Amino acid sequence: MKELEYPLDIDYILKNKRHIKKELLNNNFSVEKRIAILGGSTTSDVKNMLEIFLLNYGIKAEFYESEYNKFYEDAVFANEELTRFNPDIIYVHTTVRNIRAFPNITDTEEEINVKLNSEINCFYEVWNGLKKYNAIIIQNNFEHPSYRLLGNREVIDIHGKINFINRLNSLLVNYANENKNFYINDINYVSSCFGLDNWFNEAFYHMYKYAMDMRAIPYLSYNLSHIIKALYGKNKKGLVLDMDNTLWGGVIGDDGIEGIKIGSETPDGEVFYAFQKYLLEQSTIGNILMVSSKNEEENALAGLNHPSSVLRPDDFTIIKANWNPKSDNIRIIADTLDLGADSFVFVDDNPAERKIVSDSINGIAVPDIKNPEDYIRILDRNGYFEVISLSQEDLNKKDIYKSNAERKSLMNESSNYEDYLRELKMHAEISEFKDIYLDRITQLIGKSNQFNLTTRRYTLNEIEEISKSDEYIKIYGKLSDIFGDNGLISVVIGKVDGSNLHIDLWLMSCRVLKRNMEQAMLDELVNIAMSKGIEKIYGYYYPTAKNKMVENFYEEMKFTLIEEDDTHKKYELNVSVYEKQNNIIEVN
Amino acid sequence: MSREEVMERLNGVFIDLFDDESIKINDNTTANDIEDWDSLEHINLIVAIEQEFNIKFNMNEVTSMKNVGEMVDIITSRIGA
Repeated sequence: MKELEYPLDIDYILKNKRHIKKELLNNNFSVEKRIAILGGSTTSDVKNMLEIFLLNYGIKAEFYESEYNKFYEDAVFANEELTRFNPDIIYVHTTVRNIRAFPNITDTEEEINVKLNSEINCFYEVWNGLKKYNAIIIQNNFEHPSYRLLGNREVIDIHGKINFINRLNSLLVNYANENKNFYINDINYVSSCFGLDNWFNEAFYHMYKYAMDMRAIPYLSYNLSHIIKALYGKNKKGLVLDMDNTLWGGVIGDDGIEGIKIGSETPDGEVFYAFQKYLLEQSTIGNILMVSSKNEEENALAGLNHPSSVLRPDDFTIIKANWNPKSDNIRIIADTLDLGADSFVFVDDNPAERKIVSDSINGIAVPDIKNPEDYIRILDRNGYFEVISLSQEDLNKKDIYKSNAERKSLMNESSNYEDYLRELKMHAEISEFKDIYLDRITQLIGKSNQFNLTTRRYTLNEIEEISKSDEYIKIYGKLSDIFGDNGLISVVIGKVDGSNLHIDLWLMSCRVLKRNMEQAMLDELVNIAMSKGIEKIYGYYYPTAKNKMVENFYEEMKFTLIEEDDTHKKYELNVSVYEKQNNIIEVN
Repeated sequence: MSREEVMERLNGVFIDLFDDESIKINDNTTANDIEDWDSLEHINLIVAIEQEFNIKFNMNEVTSMKNVGEMVDIITSRIGA
C-alpha cells in the first residue's frame, strides 16, 4: 500500500487506520507472530500503527500491551499473563521521559556515574527478567531532550542531559553487541529525522502520556516494523534499476555518451554521482544491483563505462537493456537468479513504467522516488534492506549470484543436464551442526520460504538447544563448485522418537536447486540415522503460499505417501532398503 | 464556512476515523454515542480535526469540550466562519 511507504502519508494513515487494517486483513499471511509491547508511556497507537505496517509486510501479529508505564514491573516480576501470551518478540518502548534522574548541576563526577549506573541497571534488570520468555527483545534507545539548559555545552559537560543520554545510549549499544536476539530501535535517529521540535508535544504527553506527537508515531512504528520484517525474512534482496535519468541525467540514446550528466562537473552530474555511490555501498553489503532499461545494450554499457561513472558493468549481477516491457525483463532476471521478483526494489524515474511494473508484479517494491536529489533518502528510509546481522554470505552475495548466472550459461552449453552437473565439479560439506554455523543456520531458517517443507521457524536459542540435544539429528550442508562457494545452503532437523525419525525441518536455498544437493543431504541423513538405530524416517509437507515448489519433494526423494489432508502430507522412508541417491557431488 | 458546513465536514472526519459510514453527529453527540470513541481515541479525533481544518486546539480546549456542539463552536471561531 503506497500510503504505508516513505514518505508516509501521515494524515491519511492517522485518520484511516481502521479502514487500512480492514483492507489489509483481506490478504493472506505467511507469518503470524505474538508481540508484547512493554511501555514507559502510552502505547495504544504505537501498537495500532505497528500492526498496520506489519500486515502490509505480510505479517499478522497478536499483541500484548503492558499497563501504562509498567514495563519494569512486567519484565522483572513473575507475570502469568505474559507467560501465557508466550511472546515471539518483546518490544520495550521507553523514551527520554523514562530517565528517572538526570545529573544536577552540583553533582560531582562520581555522583553522575552513580546516576548513570542506576539508570542502566534498571534496564539490565528488565532484559534479564525478560530472558525467561526466550523471545527476541527490541529496545528503544533514547532520543535527545526537548531543551538544552547548557546550550551547546550540553553535549560536552557531564552535567548536560545530552551528554548523559549519549553515555546511556552507548551502554545500550554495548549490551546489544554482547547479546544475541537483542536489537535496538534507534529512536534517536528517527526523532532527529522527524525533527525534535515536532517530535515532542507537551500537550499530548500531559493529557494522554504519549511520549511523542501522534504524527511522529507512524514513523516510530515504521522503523520498528523494519526490524521485525527483516527478522522474519521479508527483506528485499536487490535493486532493479532504470538507467536514463535514474543512474545518470539525460537519455544516452539521444544525448550520446558525452551528453549524459554524471560526475562532479555540474550539480546535475553530482546528484547522480552521489546516487551511484549509494548504490555501490548497497552492493558492498550484499544487496545486488540489476538493470532493466529501455536502451540498446551497447549504449547501456557505454553509459556505465563513462569515465565519471561510479558503477561499472561488473557491479551489476545482470544487465537487461532492450525494448521489451520491463516487467518481462524483471521476471527473466528473477528466473535466472532463482529469486522471487517480489524480492526486488524497482527504481525508475518514470511514473508510467513504475505503475506498469507495480501493477503486474505482485509484491515488488516500487518507491515513488521523486527527484534525483531525493532518490537516496527515499530508498533508505523505506528500510528495504534492514540489516539484522552481517554474515560472510551476505558480503559475498554479489559473487554468488553472478556465478549462478555463469552456471546457467554453462548449462546452456552442456549437452545434457547430468554432464553439466559433473562439469561443475561440486564439493559438499555435510555434517551435524557446529557452533560456528549456528548464526547462519538460524538466519537461513528465518528467511527460507520456497524450498521449505514445514516452514518452521526457530530462534537462535532453540537452535542452540537442538544443537546440544541427542534427541535430534540435525545436519547442515555447504556446497562449492568451480564458479565459487555457495556457503551454507541447506538445513535438516529430525526429531528422534525411538526407532523413528520425524523430519521437523528441511530447507534449502533456492540458488542450489536441482544440483543433487537434496539427494546428498538425504544420503547423509540416512547414514547418521542408521548409526543411531533409526528404522523409519517420516517426512512432512505443510503447504504455504510460497512453498509449492516442494509439494512433491518427498515423492521425488523416494518416500512413500502415507497420510494426506488439506493441511499436510506425511511420508515414510524405510532406512534398511535405502539406496544412495547422490553420485555427482563429492561429499566431505 | 457556515456552522452547518463545519458540522458536515466534521461528520466526514468521524466517518473516516471510526470507519463507520452510518455515523451522523449533531450538537449533542458525545463519546457515549459512538462505540470506539474512548479517551485514547479522543486524541486521534483531535489530530484528525486539526488536520482537516488546519487549526490547532490548545490543551484546555481538548480536555474541556463536552460534546460535538462545543467542538464545532471552537472550530468555527478558529477558522473565522
